[in-house]
Amino acid sequence: MDFASCAIDLVAVLLLALGLKGLAKVRTARSANGLAALAMGLAVAGLLLQLQPGPAAWLWIAIGAAAGGIAGLITAQRVPMTAMPETVALFNGCGGMASLLVALGVALFQHDQTDLVGRISIDISVFVGAITFSGSIVAMAKLQGWLDTPDWTQSAMRHGLNISLAIASLAAGLALPTDPAGWPLWGLLLASTLLGIGVTLPIGGADMPVVISLLNSYSGVAAAAAGFVVGSQLLIVAGAMVGAAGLILTQVMCTAMNRSLLNVLFGGALGAKAGGSVGGGGDEAGYTRIVSCSPEECAMALESAERVVFVPGYGLAVAQAQHALRELSKLLEANGAEVSYAIHPVAGRMPGHMNVLLAEADVPYEQLIEMDTINPEFPRTDVVIVLGANDVVNPDAKTDPTSPLYGMPVLEVDQARQVFVVKRSLGAGYAGIANALFELPQTAMVFGDAKAVLQQLCTELRSQGVGARARVAA
Amino acid sequence: MSTLSQALWVLLLGSLLGLELIGKVPPTLHTPLMSGANAISGITVLASLTLIAQADGNGALLLLGGLSLGFALFNVIGGFLVTDRMLAMFGGRKSGSGG
Repeated sequence: MDFASCAIDLVAVLLLALGLKGLAKVRTARSANGLAALAMGLAVAGLLLQLQPGPAAWLWIAIGAAAGGIAGLITAQRVPMTAMPETVALFNGCGGMASLLVALGVALFQHDQTDLVGRISIDISVFVGAITFSGSIVAMAKLQGWLDTPDWTQSAMRHGLNISLAIASLAAGLALPTDPAGWPLWGLLLASTLLGIGVTLPIGGADMPVVISLLNSYSGVAAAAAGFVVGSQLLIVAGAMVGAAGLILTQVMCTAMNRSLLNVLFGGALGAKAGGSVGGGGDEAGYTRIVSCSPEECAMALESAERVVFVPGYGLAVAQAQHALRELSKLLEANGAEVSYAIHPVAGRMPGHMNVLLAEADVPYEQLIEMDTINPEFPRTDVVIVLGANDVVNPDAKTDPTSPLYGMPVLEVDQARQVFVVKRSLGAGYAGIANALFELPQTAMVFGDAKAVLQQLCTELRSQGVGARARVAA
Repeated sequence: MSTLSQALWVLLLGSLLGLELIGKVPPTLHTPLMSGANAISGITVLASLTLIAQADGNGALLLLGGLSLGFALFNVIGGFLVTDRMLAMFGGRKSGSGG
């Protein structure tokens, strides 16, 4: 390696590290993302200068780059913000697949050039790459609703199955260095792919973001292993860096969701086993004291409210109701009410997801209030409207030690004077647990699609003259 | 053996750096940070390029390398762009807010 390539690599690593660091701060995040992208481009350019590929190689580089680049471009532009967790999972799975394919290529066609270390690296790269790929694809399919959590995956049998697969991977991995292109390679590939599926499938949808974050860390490890396979120090350092940072992020997310990583990975789907503890796992028969009301009644309460808090959840995003919500809050503000949005750390489908969705609807950042700040405010709040959120407002999490949610920090909306819950039906939340909030005397259910209900509320308020003054003034 | 020990040092120091880089992250940024880190993990694109460049005209190897490059670049390009799309919405509210 000559001096110029070495210098380029060092600058690239420096920029990648600065980019990763900057991504963790609100003010610098966007430029840091650009910086990391620049670093990546620099690293690629430096490597191409150093490798001097021949014409045939250039052709395949062009084909691969065009295919992957265009697919990435289109996906990134088209994908809706609500589908962000599954998109990250898909990208991540492809990164794992890339490392896997490199290791496969070297194992099959260049194994005579590898020493023991190279072959162990092939082991690791195939193992981690395959788990990353199959695990990410399963995570994506579950978030998209293409895959359910099969009952057998909740039995203890799955641990036996996964341990057998891990042992099979280990056996194949041990045999691979003596026979790098033969059955151990294929055995390892098969066993680790199945292991990725077997470990991810039992995990419930609510915990999926943590799994994606962990798999993200794995794809860094897979990249570092690929770095050992092809002998690239830049790849080793960048892969190790992302792998370690991903692990920290996973830990941070677990803390935000009040879950332990071990529990997420081996505890099975939250709520699936504990269904009987509160009202029968969320079937409608579990509720006895439900009061429902019409949008008109809800609008009347809103009209006289001085302080209104919205609690948006994933249901809001699914109904694409962010813009209708923004419309309603403008009306209420014109009516003199103080409006804010209570953001639970895991609102949406992963931490920070709801902030992205509301930002998309131009909700002013100052109105998004985090849980710890808004909880003391609920007792002096006139009306709370819960939109498609469920588990994050369940008071059982504070009061009922038998609830599977017990201990999870929740938004204390039960402290407010009046609560309206907009929901399509009495179905259970994402975690599959009944919600004691629905049965409280100050709670009324407004059944319907979030967007339709919000639009009705707007119409109703307008017909009562709300917002007219603002229009006259303007 | 010196290259191996060198590579292991690089691995160790890279991991330690990664552990230190991210300390406290506001929940707002969990999603974009995950997506950005995911794009960076597509750095394996370097391994794909190396495989292609050193294929010595082996067709199967070129094909594997090309496939691998496609997957890796899908991860990199898609990852950075989608992260930027998310973060742009946070930035936009400062200049064009009020609504």
